[in-house]
Amino acid sequence: MSWLTETLTSTPGRKVIMAATGIFLILFLAVHLTGNLQLLKDDNGESFNIYAEFMSTNPLIQFVSKGNFFFILLHVVVSVFLTRKNQQARPVAYKVPVKSGTSSLSSRNMGILGTVILVFLIIHLKGFWYEMHYGEIPYKNYDGHEARDLYAVVDAAYSQWYWVLIYVVSMLAVAFHLSHGFQSAFQTLGMSHVKYSPAIKLLGIAFSILVPAGFAVIPIVMFFN
Amino acid sequence: MNLTLKVWRQKNSADKGGFETYQVSNISPDMSFLEMFDVLNEQLVNSDQDPIHFDHDCREGICGMCSLYINGKPHGPKDAITTCQLHMRSFSDGDTIVVEPWRAKAFPVVKDLVVDRTAFDRIIQAGGYVSINTGGVPDANEIPISKEVANEAMDAATCIGCGACVAACKNASAMLFVSAKVSQLAVLPQGQVERKSRVENMVATMDAEGFGACTNTGACEAVCPKEISITNIARMNREYFQAKISSKKI
Ligand code: HEM
Ligand code: FES
Repeated sequence: MSWLTETLTSTPGRKVIMAATGIFLILFLAVHLTGNLQLLKDDNGESFNIYAEFMSTNPLIQFVSKGNFFFILLHVVVSVFLTRKNQQARPVAYKVPVKSGTSSLSSRNMGILGTVILVFLIIHLKGFWYEMHYGEIPYKNYDGHEARDLYAVVDAAYSQWYWVLIYVVSMLAVAFHLSHGFQSAFQTLGMSHVKYSPAIKLLGIAFSILVPAGFAVIPIVMFFN
Repeated sequence: MNLTLKVWRQKNSADKGGFETYQVSNISPDMSFLEMFDVLNEQLVNSDQDPIHFDHDCREGICGMCSLYINGKPHGPKDAITTCQLHMRSFSDGDTIVVEPWRAKAFPVVKDLVVDRTAFDRIIQAGGYVSINTGGVPDANEIPISKEVANEAMDAATCIGCGACVAACKNASAMLFVSAKVSQLAVLPQGQVERKSRVENMVATMDAEGFGACTNTGACEAVCPKEISITNIARMNREYFQAKISSKKI
């Protein structure tokens, strides 16, 4: 094995891949939310549709998007390797489970939370991303701007209560995943400092509440409109 | 005090093992947990039964030999002490106490509550030392070390290698132990010569021994009898990647 593969397949190496891809996905979530919030504008989807058209056709955005897919895949594949190694490390379970309070619930269930997110991602991509790229969405004209009416697709989905429910539950999973993952990624990358770690922890809590809440508000508002 | 004990009994590493229930009575609250076990073992020996095997040595919290996973927590319910420092007054009369060995693939059960922790020794042998040429006693203060650095090294060096971190971790990860051993030498001038090879070899051995990865849950530092902080794990990650990127070892 070369030094590089040895490094990247060691347990700290795998964790660094998880942390780096995780931080990329966190940044992606922030960008994605700012775009999505345009769904709440009272313009019958005009700004959202123009934005979505731009995002799905701009070559630079498309390049970053390919990277995003790759990082999600990497995050998931490496998490499978890590989880397997972690399970093998304790073949005989304790009769009395480790006392709660020594670690957070989220931190002990990152794999389950991640799996919920993964299932959601597949449904979500099929419903919106796939439709936008390979589906037949009619164009609308906005003062000379041609843009497909993705808003109508989203609106149709979120007039159904079960889609709203699936979405909100998935955002809860993201919230809990990040309530541990956000600060954990910095610790994995070796960033632990008496001055900065408390701020990172605080930022992580704020992010893991505000961003999933922001995502979840959209379908709820659209449902009741 | 009268207590019910559910204790893991296993004849040898090949045996399947199981829990046995024992009653002990007239236990003084001032006894240590291990002394209570001594009383129980005397009962067992007097009735021609095999005494419960458990590890111990100093019985004053410094050697790291005692273990025991008591009611879901390594070293029992109290924070920052070892099992040998745990007193029976931490329990109530009539309690049922479940005692299990450390559970990890890298710590196979030898007998009853005794586990084989030589995986830790092999990690130390891989790099947890400094090479010092023999010779005369060096002059005091020949190598200046500031109080801050000495404190940092000592905070890591208080690790007694008991393995409670592994026992508490949901992944049976040894990262807290290894990071303490890497850190105590990485911050000192004497540790610089082998700084890169140390962390590379210790991490490689840790992985080969079958310990899990670190999910940063913090369960290890919560149960550590010496209160070693997971800041050491972040430092070891830094040390590891700096070494991997810059060392000449291909
Ligand atoms: C919105 C998408 C996601 C984001 C932003 C995200 C973010 C993160 C972050 C920041 C971490 C912490 C890394 C560390 O401890 O250093 C993490 C850990 C983890 N993620 Fe994700 N993640 C996402 C989706 C997923 C998915 C789809 C899975 C798949 C099954 C997954 C599984 C895991 C697991 C198992 C861990 C813990 C790894 C460990 O420490 O043992 N995540 N994630
Ligand atoms: S017997 Fe030495 S630390 Fe407990």
